[in-house]
Amino acid sequence: MVLKIKHYVTFVTFAFLASCSTEPKTLTKIQGKLISVSPEVTENDSINTFISPFRSKIESELNKIIAYAPENITKTDGKYNTSLGNLMAKIVYEEANPVYKFRTNNEIDFVLLNHGGIRANISKGNITVNTAYEIMPFENSITVIKLKGSTVNKLIKFLIEAKKPHPIYGIQIALGKNSKKSTVLIQNKPFDENKIYNIATSNYLVNGGDNMSFFDEKTETIDIEYKIRNAIIYHFKKYDTIVSKTDDRFYTLK
Amino acid sequence: MNRRKFLSNSSASAAYLGLSGLTLNSCFKNSQKHITILHTNDVHSHIDAFPKNHESYPNLGGLSRRATLVENIRKENPNTLLLDAGDIFQGTPYFNFFGGEMEFKLMSMLKYDAATLGNHDFDNGVDGLLAQIPNAKFDLLSANYDFTNTVLNGYTKPYNIYTLNNLKIGIYGIGIELKGLVTKKLYKETKYINPFEIASDIEKELKLEKKCDLVICLSHLGYDYETNKPSDLQLATKTEYTDLIIGGHTHTFLDKPTIVKNKNGKEILVNQVGCYGLNLGRIDFYFDNNKNISSKGVSITV
Repeated sequence: MVLKIKHYVTFVTFAFLASCSTEPKTLTKIQGKLISVSPEVTENDSINTFISPFRSKIESELNKIIAYAPENITKTDGKYNTSLGNLMAKIVYEEANPVYKFRTNNEIDFVLLNHGGIRANISKGNITVNTAYEIMPFENSITVIKLKGSTVNKLIKFLIEAKKPHPIYGIQIALGKNSKKSTVLIQNKPFDENKIYNIATSNYLVNGGDNMSFFDEKTETIDIEYKIRNAIIYHFKKYDTIVSKTDDRFYTLK
Repeated sequence: MNRRKFLSNSSASAAYLGLSGLTLNSCFKNSQKHITILHTNDVHSHIDAFPKNHESYPNLGGLSRRATLVENIRKENPNTLLLDAGDIFQGTPYFNFFGGEMEFKLMSMLKYDAATLGNHDFDNGVDGLLAQIPNAKFDLLSANYDFTNTVLNGYTKPYNIYTLNNLKIGIYGIGIELKGLVTKKLYKETKYINPFEIASDIEKELKLEKKCDLVICLSHLGYDYETNKPSDLQLATKTEYTDLIIGGHTHTFLDKPTIVKNKNGKEILVNQVGCYGLNLGRIDFYFDNNKNISSKGVSITV
């Protein structure tokens, strides 16, 4: 009798397994498509309700008026330097130099940023926290690097060939006729190829952004850990009225 | 015979009978099973839709709309998984102000099942990420970051298995090398392990040991590079059991998933849906019980 039952159990188990093999387990068809999150899609009320107070808080903070611009400050009002580029470079110098000096006992010789990194202009009138987010939406921070004079020479060559108003501060480049011979002053002293220079820039450019490959030859990197946007906001609050002009820091001799 | 033994034996048979009856029934009723995979990548804190006057993406995206899409698809097919391939953080003031709290809370409200980590998810450091983990009611999957000597140890899993309609879906996470991309001060002692070897080990485990019916890789390696840097297209050619690679990092807008031949010459899919929550990817997998169908292979419509 025991034997008989055992057989029965085996049979039922077999039936169970057999039925299982007919379960849909074989992948037969795959379909893929892209769904656009377009304005035609209805919004979800409970999600909107959740987001709303956070959005209000951000808006009230971003809309705070922190300074005033009597005139437009733009990234397009000059050939080799612009009012906004000059302002950005000055901000980086003024905000980073005390920190750098405190930490290393050295001073920043000059600043180089990239023109493409300025993402908006400052319109005449009130300046808000949002203005700083528009100009600098990225999380880039100020980094100081040391370059040998020979590498600075490459940097100068890059600027001359780029023919772009990359923001600079503390360095003056006077291009000779036909862009041939140029006179370079750093901190109002003639450029010295045998000197090591302390250059403040953004971590984005040091890490290979915008093809500024001369930064690869850096001999030292000191991350100031100061976000450029925060430096801008701090500067706006400190000065209250913001004015910036184009000048002769990078120009062609007539 | 021992009456007691007889009783226990017969009840065991009865249990089998009942079970087989059920299974047979379900087999006949349900000859096809359908799994839907929904996915996003590189949303970068884009909670709101872009403004109507935006130069590139006017009035597109937005989490509130994504919620509606996901909800409707889940109603249509309850056997749906919602996944994200990393870089959830960084890109709008929502992240600067609230440190990722909203991103994780909203993803939990949308019932995301799993996400992998992107390089920008380390932007507030391992400590900043840890602080937001209590807000994530979904799994953080990462197989090739070794967090042993960081505060994140124990808060991520290399993979997880999700059972939908009696089908096992194994999902594992793969991340990009953080060195050079993220400041060391942020990722601290996180160790990066070769993604190809780990992927191969895990897919084998999921398919052969855990008997998964579907194996999915959530990757933040990036779609493709001109250099030899590890990418999703490379990963696809080096795997044997992965059916789908959902990618991120390179913000690649694919109109449709790319079909790639894996190590065994089998066709698998690699997909990525751009960035900023502008799109939602959808991949539908159909399973049949027709024994002859396997010889024909899998039909892929993209």
